Amino acid sequence: MLNSTKILRRYVIFHSCRCHFSDISNGSVLKSNIDVTSKEYQENQTAMEMLVYNLKKAVSNSVFGGDLKDKLRHTSKGKLLVRDRIDYLLDSGSPFLELSQLAGNNLYKENVPCGGIVTGIGRISGKECMIIANDATVKGGSYFPITIKKHLRAQEIASENNLPCVYLVDSGGGNLKKQAEIFPDKEHFGRIFFNEAIMSSKNITQIAVVMGSCTAGAAYLPAMADESIIVKKTGTIFLAGPPLVKAATGEVVSAEDLGGANLHCSISGVADHFANDDHHALHITKVIIANLNNNGNKQGIQIKIDEPKPPLYPSNELYGIVGDNLKKSYDVREVIARIVDESVFSEFKKNYGETLVTGFAKICGYPIGIIGNNGVLFSESALKGTHFIELCCQRNIPLLFLQNITGFMVGKDAEAGGIAKNGAKMVTAVSCASVPKITVVIGGSYGAGNYGMCGRAYGPRFMYMWPNSRISIMGGEQAAGVLAQIQSAKKIREGKELTEEEEQMLKEPIIKQFEKEGNPFYSSARCWDDGIIDPVQTRQVLALSLSAVHNSPVKQTKYGIFRM
Amino acid sequence: MHVAMADQAIHVGPAPSAHSYLLKDRIVNAAIKTNSQAIHPGYGFLSENASFAQYCNHNNLIFIGPPPNAIESMGIKSKSKEIMSKAGVPVIVGYHGIEQNSDFLQQQANNIGYPVMIKAIKGGGGKGMKIVNKESEFFENLLSAKRESLNSFGDDSVLIEKYIQQPRHVEVQVFADQHKNCVYLFERDCSIQRRHQKVLEEAPAPNLSDTLRQHLGETAVRAAKAVGYEGAGTVEFIFDNATNMFYFMEMNTRLQVEHPITEMITGIDLVEWQIKIAEGEELPLKQNEIKYRGHSVEARIYAEEPYNNFLPAAGNLQYLDYPQVSDKVRVETGVQQGDEVSVHYDPMIAKLVVWSETRSDAFAKLKNNLAAFNIAGLSTNVQFLISLCGHPELLKGNVHTGFIQDHINDLLEKNPPNPELISQAIIAIILYQEINTISKNITTDDPYSPFATQTGFRVNHNFIQKIKLKHNLCGKLYDVSIEYCEVGSNSSKYKICFKHNDTNIEINASGSLDTTVPNKFQLICTVDGTLYKSNIAVLQNSIHLFNKDGQNEFTVILPFDENTFDSNEQEIESNTTITSPTQATLERVNVNIGDNVSTGDPIVVLTAMKMEYVVKAQVDGKIENILRKAGDSVRKGEILVKIIPKI
Repeated sequence: MLNSTKILRRYVIFHSCRCHFSDISNGSVLKSNIDVTSKEYQENQTAMEMLVYNLKKAVSNSVFGGDLKDKLRHTSKGKLLVRDRIDYLLDSGSPFLELSQLAGNNLYKENVPCGGIVTGIGRISGKECMIIANDATVKGGSYFPITIKKHLRAQEIASENNLPCVYLVDSGGGNLKKQAEIFPDKEHFGRIFFNEAIMSSKNITQIAVVMGSCTAGAAYLPAMADESIIVKKTGTIFLAGPPLVKAATGEVVSAEDLGGANLHCSISGVADHFANDDHHALHITKVIIANLNNNGNKQGIQIKIDEPKPPLYPSNELYGIVGDNLKKSYDVREVIARIVDESVFSEFKKNYGETLVTGFAKICGYPIGIIGNNGVLFSESALKGTHFIELCCQRNIPLLFLQNITGFMVGKDAEAGGIAKNGAKMVTAVSCASVPKITVVIGGSYGAGNYGMCGRAYGPRFMYMWPNSRISIMGGEQAAGVLAQIQSAKKIREGKELTEEEEQMLKEPIIKQFEKEGNPFYSSARCWDDGIIDPVQTRQVLALSLSAVHNSPVKQTKYGIFRM
Repeated sequence: MHVAMADQAIHVGPAPSAHSYLLKDRIVNAAIKTNSQAIHPGYGFLSENASFAQYCNHNNLIFIGPPPNAIESMGIKSKSKEIMSKAGVPVIVGYHGIEQNSDFLQQQANNIGYPVMIKAIKGGGGKGMKIVNKESEFFENLLSAKRESLNSFGDDSVLIEKYIQQPRHVEVQVFADQHKNCVYLFERDCSIQRRHQKVLEEAPAPNLSDTLRQHLGETAVRAAKAVGYEGAGTVEFIFDNATNMFYFMEMNTRLQVEHPITEMITGIDLVEWQIKIAEGEELPLKQNEIKYRGHSVEARIYAEEPYNNFLPAAGNLQYLDYPQVSDKVRVETGVQQGDEVSVHYDPMIAKLVVWSETRSDAFAKLKNNLAAFNIAGLSTNVQFLISLCGHPELLKGNVHTGFIQDHINDLLEKNPPNPELISQAIIAIILYQEINTISKNITTDDPYSPFATQTGFRVNHNFIQKIKLKHNLCGKLYDVSIEYCEVGSNSSKYKICFKHNDTNIEINASGSLDTTVPNKFQLICTVDGTLYKSNIAVLQNSIHLFNKDGQNEFTVILPFDENTFDSNEQEIESNTTITSPTQATLERVNVNIGDNVSTGDPIVVLTAMKMEYVVKAQVDGKIENILRKAGDSVRKGEILVKIIPKI
């Protein structure tokens, strides 16, 4: 009862600060029904705190970068560490929306913190930019397959959101032992330079700052940039380094003479700006960005942005609401109430297809259409979702998907009701919607539910995961059950029977495999998402993501055929 | 400011006083144009100019001051002393004659015995005044005194006096009417001086018996009567602490800068009395009706550099905030924020006058009010005055004119800031950056972008900002790291870490910056649980923090500074260049290109704020180049002459 009075008090405060006698309102306040004193809440909170603790521990290892010895060797050359470079490059105090911090986590025999490359969005000279920075203290900044994947994803985000790219280059090039996984395919090394050319052609500025080696293919990074800066002594650009030159032609030449700052700025013209040290180089970069003829306005702003107001309920209550058990259900509105401005949500089709919650709200002043799951998707839910996506596209309102979905309804009734064609309508709408889409997996992400709720394949501009979430083709137990049944049927055809023990033997590794592969750490290590986030930071991360998406103009949506 | 407050303002000419305020006809014409009946000449310029008084009388304007002949007799120091000796007023030995031949003056100085003081006969306020410690230095100082005198007063006659080692400067305020009545309004002690100019004045003088006070007053009245004085005047004495003897020094025939302290202790409006007397009225009070109460102190706030030998500092008053005034706290000033303190006039920014029942209370009150006198943009003596007010010897009343020089090391101690202060500066810097970013963003079409407002946000970890901070006074550098523990506008919490006296300091802090008044920010911050309030001024890379203990200035050392970056070539050894110590006018260049010079040779002579500076060679060598010529106005630190050192 203590709790209900608390909620009541909030409600009163809310009414005293909101102008409720005004005839203009953008929705009503979500009323929270949680009991913070309940056992379930407390258990959930403890469980989620543990998950967040583990997340932060893993991130802190990633953020630390290479080991101390490598760091000392790096700084002894007068070079700044990668995060110091980024901090100095950013406007003082600017947020940094870092992506895929756990890329490469437990992926290889070697430890590759952050996948050897730091990527993220921050403000430089008042302009939101994508920063892609090699960490030379991690295996010399060489490219592992995951490094390339993370690099390409950052370029993709930059391209979609119209963000100038700043490459802080300090890399030994491709990891030769893994050449087969980094060189030949479409989404491999070559794609980096392809993207650079295509973005430049779309007037998305490409700046390369050479702060270390930039050998072989990597030499194209500064060479193809709109403007490039090179640091005296530490920065070098050449197609073949001194050892290869000696092997090929017998010529003995120092790295500095072969491709140093002096050579490239005065003779070859491969670089444009000569910098005395890292700070100087980054300063030049800031000046270049300041002179981009950008007036601080964004091409994607076709909406009115209100003054941000915090939600009525504290974000850390998300821990107690969500917990770590995906089988326990909770109302997605409790999550929405802790993310959106003033906890105000204008719900659409509230009483129809109730397993899908749709409605309009604001996050830090940015209007957004939210689609959240409150259970399995029925035909009605899918139709409602499709309708809502059409509304957002018509009105240029970005979409936020809060994924917690086991899938579409199965069974005779559902099939007869056309769940397949109605689900297909929602998948079509999601695929074709050209307003910015952002997905946060706040629970399960299984099967076709992942498709309808804008999984990775559906091109969300950003996709984040909560530490409690799971992602797989179906739940581990369901998968094991399906496999057991197939096995059982086979045995029956052979005139045998699957014993309970045999069934258990069969199921267990499947469940274990799904549990391992469905874990967000497993997903994030492979860049299947843009990072695991602390639920408490969700609002801030979404706000920064929304700020970024408004840099690109919104295209008109054209749908494919909706099966009727 | 005067122009802004006036009902009518008349332009009297360009900034240099020789072309405006010192031109009699311009001033008188202004008076006639405005149908004025009288001219109050103020403290400087023509206030003690007999011919100006005469000129006023000729134009049927009342000159609010003594009759011209009294100004004349008192204006020429040698003449005034002659009159005083005759009237039985004690005077100090010296040469006050008309003969101005250099060799003759040197002989006179030798007779008096060193140290001697050379003073401009028409001088005052320390201009044209030099102290000579030995015979060999006499000649150079004499020339310099004569030059300054000529510049300031249009006359280069000097007098020579015995220089007393530990004298006090005690002056008596007198008033005489046209009916041969004359009273004294007690004395003022103006012993606290630097560069022979008053800094701190108090009334009554400390450690003086009532008998002595009366004796002093009566002697002053006698002096005034000896010249048939009318109006307000000040009789200055040299007072010897050891012997309680005092000697007539000079009489100022005008209102003094420090007159408010007399007003504060007597309750008499001196300007009102001046006007009444000029109108021919009798003195409003008899001597036995004039009483004093409590203690009053005045501090003169100068644009100057206490750590650079109190050289005048010109510049822009980018930030100026006064203490709250009341009937016990007076602020008199002619400038406001944004004004330029120019090289043309005296570098005084304001006078701060306080009154209290006791002397110690008065100094405590002065100190508190000085702490509320917040100036940034140019160097001032405020912090110096604060240390002065707290000096134990001053509080004991052990004042003499050499006080500042004797205690200079205590007064200019460069104490490093305490950790709480550093933390406050850091919080102010962070909050200022934040507000600055947010305000820039407001003009865009995305006014509330979280990239502008979510300062210090990082995903899944805390941002640690590194700032290199210099405490400008002590010069100490601090490498500070600031961890953003909680992010959000106005609710951010920080952990501040740095090394202080070889110990690692870790402080939890938070704060907010009140920006309701543009450019006058109030910082309220919590440092390890204690709440601090201070005012903040931010100028370029420096931050000024004003609190109850006064002012502290910090500079953020940028890892890369555009403004200093291109100056690689200017790493010339400074002892081979002659640079200007202050913003000034180049008076004279003593050398030509190719001349051989030795260390100590005077190379150039500069004037600033009517003071003269001689810059001497630091090395033996040959003049390589002369970059500026006489008459040029030069910046502080500007290279004037280059010398090729002899190897």
